[in-house]
Amino acid sequence: MSTLLLRHATLVHEQSTQVGDVLVREGRIEQVGAQLERPAGAREIDCTGCWVGPGFVDLHTHLREPGREEAETIESGARVAAVGGYTAVVAMANTEPALDNVALVSYVLDRGARTPIDVAVCGAITQGRRGELLAPMAEMAELGVRLFSDDGTGVQDPMLMLRALTYVKPLGVRLAQHCEDELLAAGGSMNEGLLSSRRGLGGRSSLSEEIMVMRDIELVRHSGGALHFLHLSTARSLALVIQARCEGLDVTCEVAPHHFTLDESACEGFDPIFKVHPPLRTKNDVTELRRGLVEGTVDAVATDHAPHAPQLKDLAFDEAPAGMLGLEHAASLTFEALGGDACDPVRFFQLLSRGPARVARLRAADHRLRHSAHGAVLAAGEDANLVVFDPASRWSASRDDLHGRSTNTPYDGRAMMGRVRATIAKGNLVVDQGEPL
Amino acid sequence: MISTLRGQSLLSLEGLEREALVEVLDTAESFVEVNSRAIKKVPALKGRVVASLFYEESTRTRLSFETAAKRLSADVLSLAVASSSVKKGESLRDTIATIDALGIDAVVMRHQSSGASVQVSRYVPHVRVINAGDGQHQHPTQGLLDAFTIRQVLAERRHTTGPESGAELFEQLHVLIVGDIRHSRVARSDIDAYVTLGAEVRVAGPRTLLPVDIDRWPVTVVDDFDEALEWADVVGLLRLQRERGSGSFVPSLGEFTRTFGLTVQRARRLRPETIIMHPGPINRGVEIDSLVADLPSAVIERQVANGVPIRMAVLYLTVAGTRMEGAQ
Repeated sequence: MSTLLLRHATLVHEQSTQVGDVLVREGRIEQVGAQLERPAGAREIDCTGCWVGPGFVDLHTHLREPGREEAETIESGARVAAVGGYTAVVAMANTEPALDNVALVSYVLDRGARTPIDVAVCGAITQGRRGELLAPMAEMAELGVRLFSDDGTGVQDPMLMLRALTYVKPLGVRLAQHCEDELLAAGGSMNEGLLSSRRGLGGRSSLSEEIMVMRDIELVRHSGGALHFLHLSTARSLALVIQARCEGLDVTCEVAPHHFTLDESACEGFDPIFKVHPPLRTKNDVTELRRGLVEGTVDAVATDHAPHAPQLKDLAFDEAPAGMLGLEHAASLTFEALGGDACDPVRFFQLLSRGPARVARLRAADHRLRHSAHGAVLAAGEDANLVVFDPASRWSASRDDLHGRSTNTPYDGRAMMGRVRATIAKGNLVVDQGEPL
Repeated sequence: MISTLRGQSLLSLEGLEREALVEVLDTAESFVEVNSRAIKKVPALKGRVVASLFYEESTRTRLSFETAAKRLSADVLSLAVASSSVKKGESLRDTIATIDALGIDAVVMRHQSSGASVQVSRYVPHVRVINAGDGQHQHPTQGLLDAFTIRQVLAERRHTTGPESGAELFEQLHVLIVGDIRHSRVARSDIDAYVTLGAEVRVAGPRTLLPVDIDRWPVTVVDDFDEALEWADVVGLLRLQRERGSGSFVPSLGEFTRTFGLTVQRARRLRPETIIMHPGPINRGVEIDSLVADLPSAVIERQVANGVPIRMAVLYLTVAGTRMEGAQ
């Protein structure tokens, strides 16, 4: 392991910032302070003007392995994540086959342990994600799985969802729901509204999402369970979750970068790159989700990074699979949404690191799981999972500059503000000058 | 906004200006005469290659387009793409690249998915793409031939000609479109054409078969179908698209017919001169009674006949001169 000295950084703590140096050695933060002495052999990184904070944590990554390795693998996805400033990702269960048992979860954890970052797993709630029978969540929880979701689709059957919430209560884990009522979404491929109607595309209404958010809030109330709401896309969904939280329910939520940067008008030209579930919504929804980020009512920004092989995005809009890339651009887009130059670094790290680490329960190291602590305080003795973010950087996103196996980014050519300069994962410099080492 | 189809792909009637529509109608008028000759052929597109790419079977539309292309002396490549090609894994991009490699000037494309021709036009920007119906989005040549038919009938009645009248005959024209508008690409193209040409369009149908946010479309929804029949100068019926699941939007076909079918009894409310249209194929006894479909004011067969000159006009305008002009 290398010895690293981060010089003249703006250190972003949980409530404040401070200019100083950070010495990283043997996988841990050894010292934080001003004008630290450089030990022999230490590599010095000038962080003048840059924010240094805990590495980002993605609650919602589709690594595609096993089953869709042509689109992404655990190895390639971890590399992409590191470029995006992430030191931990939660691998979603909708692989082929689904991560619904101990053997498959172990496989992903083992593969993940060979990558430079930490890979946690979100197990399936139901067997095969078919929404019929509960998956062995207690067994998976013993392996260290903290989140469970059938993401891709939600658990449609309310009785089954109620049972799942009740069953996992003693396990100390959290269920995460993809809120879309599939009968109401009716196989649609974009937001329902004037545009879908004029374009003759089937619509997925905001109602189809909100009715499930409402249902699940009531299921949480009834069961006394805990639930994380994945990728909320409408103003009303967010308002419902905020209200439920005020009422004392144990609910958390995330929003995805595409939902707070793009609106349904992106689908006007029928480019399947912009097809995603839940769909891109209205300008008003974008505005309200941004407000949620700024005001701190959202717990986490989560990417829903969904790689797809290029030929699948060359199908007709209604036939193409839903989903878009997110890991490489999420930090810059969050910075932009929080006001760019006016962005509050504390909020920024709350949304990208500390908030999601709390939801995924990654704030403490778990040596049985071989994962280190994330979203932690910047203090001596803590695991060195850090990111160096340059808020002054201005750059242009390009699909040619991506680092994974797929290129289905909706941001090709978009002007970006702020950029991840370096990522230090488990004490190692894994990304420098924006490139993986 | 597009002011002329010359050298352009025809993907949708939305965004086409009135002058572009009138140009197509006037050009089609000049081709009507060709179709009445003993030798029904002009050399306008001699040496040009038009491919027809039908993912969704439609003998009528395909024949109409291919006939139009041949009457313009174009070479026609007819490719029947089984709808299962997608399941075999061939993307739209690969299919069009294969055809493009054969050297084509235009592709006439029918697809079951909305927007497929828009996507293809991005993949091959040097080829003119003519949308022959895409999902529930648009069927531009149907919209054009419907407008052409209306203008032709009205011009005959007023002893004038289409080209002389331009778009005048559409001013204040009352058009009522009835039935399954939600699933209808024909309705979308018809509405765009009629509204742009100056007509007033109203729609009638079961609320479940009207598109989402119809109140933000440039049309009015009628509450009383029977009254609207008296108002209408033109009634455009649509096929109830049972294959698109329209069945579950209404309790039964019988109820649909009783509430929004053009039955004999209901047709009595029409003025004798009201034009009755239907894009075909007709579900006789469902959206229109057999007897009504055969009334003198029903112009259903004329619509079919006008398909050829309209498609000749579209092919001529979009293809002719594109490559030549580029070379000059």
